[in-house]
Amino acid sequence: MGSIKAVVMGASWGGLNAYSRILSCLPERFPAAIMLVQHQNASADNRLAWLLSRYCRLPVVAPNDKERIRAGHVYVAPPGYHMLVNADDTIALTVYRPVHFSRPSIDELFFSAGHVYGKNVIGVVLTGANEDGSAGLDYIRRRGGLTLAQSPPSSEAPVMPEAAIALGAVREVLDLERIGPFLAKIRSEDGVPE
Amino acid sequence: MNGDPAVDADPPITDDQVHLEDIEIRLLLEAIYQLYGYDFRSYSQASIRRRVMHRLTLSGFATVLQMTDRVLRDRAFFVTLLNDLTINVTEMYRDPEFYKAFREEVVPVLKTFPFIKIWHAGCATGEEIYSMAILLEEEGLYDRAMLYATDIDKNVLAAARKGIYPIHAFKQYADNYRRAGGRRSLSDYATARYDSVIMEQRLKRNIVFADHDLATDQVFGEMHVILCRNVLIYFDRSLQQRVFRLFGDSLDLGGFLCLGTKESLRFSGDEEAFEVVNKPMRIFRKRQPRHNA
Repeated sequence: MGSIKAVVMGASWGGLNAYSRILSCLPERFPAAIMLVQHQNASADNRLAWLLSRYCRLPVVAPNDKERIRAGHVYVAPPGYHMLVNADDTIALTVYRPVHFSRPSIDELFFSAGHVYGKNVIGVVLTGANEDGSAGLDYIRRRGGLTLAQSPPSSEAPVMPEAAIALGAVREVLDLERIGPFLAKIRSEDGVPE
Repeated sequence: MNGDPAVDADPPITDDQVHLEDIEIRLLLEAIYQLYGYDFRSYSQASIRRRVMHRLTLSGFATVLQMTDRVLRDRAFFVTLLNDLTINVTEMYRDPEFYKAFREEVVPVLKTFPFIKIWHAGCATGEEIYSMAILLEEEGLYDRAMLYATDIDKNVLAAARKGIYPIHAFKQYADNYRRAGGRRSLSDYATARYDSVIMEQRLKRNIVFADHDLATDQVFGEMHVILCRNVLIYFDRSLQQRVFRLFGDSLDLGGFLCLGTKESLRFSGDEEAFEVVNKPMRIFRKRQPRHNA
C-alpha cells in the first residue's frame, strides 16, 4: 500500500468547530497535504483560512489557481470557487456553476482527488446540512481510498454524514474527537492507519 | 453493500481505467477541435475532466469514446457539451472590492485619455460588462469609451447581448453594486419584467459583442484596459503564456490588465512587462518604455 498523499475533507453547518478540533490534533510535520471545503457565502473572503490557522500548527492557505500542493500544508477552498486537484499536483480553481447549491462544492474536490490520488487519499465527510460530498466520497471509495464520516450523533448537522453512510460510501464512522487523532497517526511511509 | 463481486454493480475504479479515460478525453477534445474548431486541448485537465465525466454520467453512455461518436454526429449534443465546458457562472460586480479599486485607481488615469477602449475577454453572459458600463457612466466616461465583450461561445454572447437576468439574482447584484462604490441604485439601470430584469438599452450603445477564442484567435488591438477575470484558471500553463502574450500585444503602453483575484502573472513568461497597481485585486499596468541607456 502506497503512502497517503492527501486528506480531503468537506463540511457545511458546524464545520468551523469540527475543522478546528481536527486540525488542532495534527503534528507539525504532517506527511500529507490537507484540502478542505467549507460551504460558505461567496462574499466571505479568506477569513476561514485565517481562523483555522489559529488552531493548527500547519500553514493554512487559501490557494491561488495552479498553486503547488505541498505535504504538511492545509488548503482551504476560497469562497466562490470550486477547488480541484490537477494531475500535476497543483490546485485548480473554477467558477463553474454551484453543485448542491454550493461553490465551493465538496463533490468537486473529492472527485478530482479520487482521480489523481487513487488509493493514496483519505476522504472525510463531516457535519453538514445537505448531501454534498456523498457522491465524491463514494468515488474515492471505488478508487481504493479510505473513506471516513463523522458519526451523526457527534455532528452538529447529521444530514451530510448520514447521506454518505446511506450511500455506502463510508468505511469508518468516527466520533468527532477521534478523527483528529486518527489522522495524526499517518506517517510518511505508511499506508492507511490501522 | 454487496458481498458478491460477480454481481457488484459498483466495482472498483482502477488506475488503468482512469488512464484509459484520460486518453479518451484527449481524443474527444481532438475530435471537437477538428470538427467544430473549438480548442480545449490546452485547458486545465482537472476541470475539463470533471465536466466531461459529468456529461458522460448524465448521457448514459458507457465510455467517453462512445460519447465522442455522438458528439461527432449530433451537433445539438455537441452544443450541450460545449455549454458544460464553457459556461462560467458570473454575477454583476463579482468581487465588489475589485470594482471599487478600479474606480479609485484606474478611472483617474482613464479620465486623462481622450478615448478609451476596453476589452472584456471571456465575458460569458455579460453581467460584468454591464457592471463596467454603469461604472463608466457614473464616472462620466461612457461616451468616450468603447467596450469590446468577447467570448468563445456564441450562445452565451447572445445572452450577453440581451442583458436579461433573473430577478432573484439581481438582489445580490444590487448589494454587490453598493459595496463596489455604486453612486445610485442598481435598479436605475434596469427594468423589471415578471421574474427578470432587462438592462437599459442605453448601456449597450457603446458595447460591441464578438466571438473570440483566446486559444486560437489573434490580437484584438490597442486596448487601454483588458479585463479577463476567472478565464485563465481554465487554461494550462502553455495556453496561459500564449494568452498573456496576446494581452501584452493588444494593450497600449500604460494600459491596464485586470485578472481574477486567484489568478497570477506567474506563468506569463514576462512578469516584468507589467507593474502592480493593486495586488490583491490583481490590477496590473503595462510598463512604459524606459528612456535610460
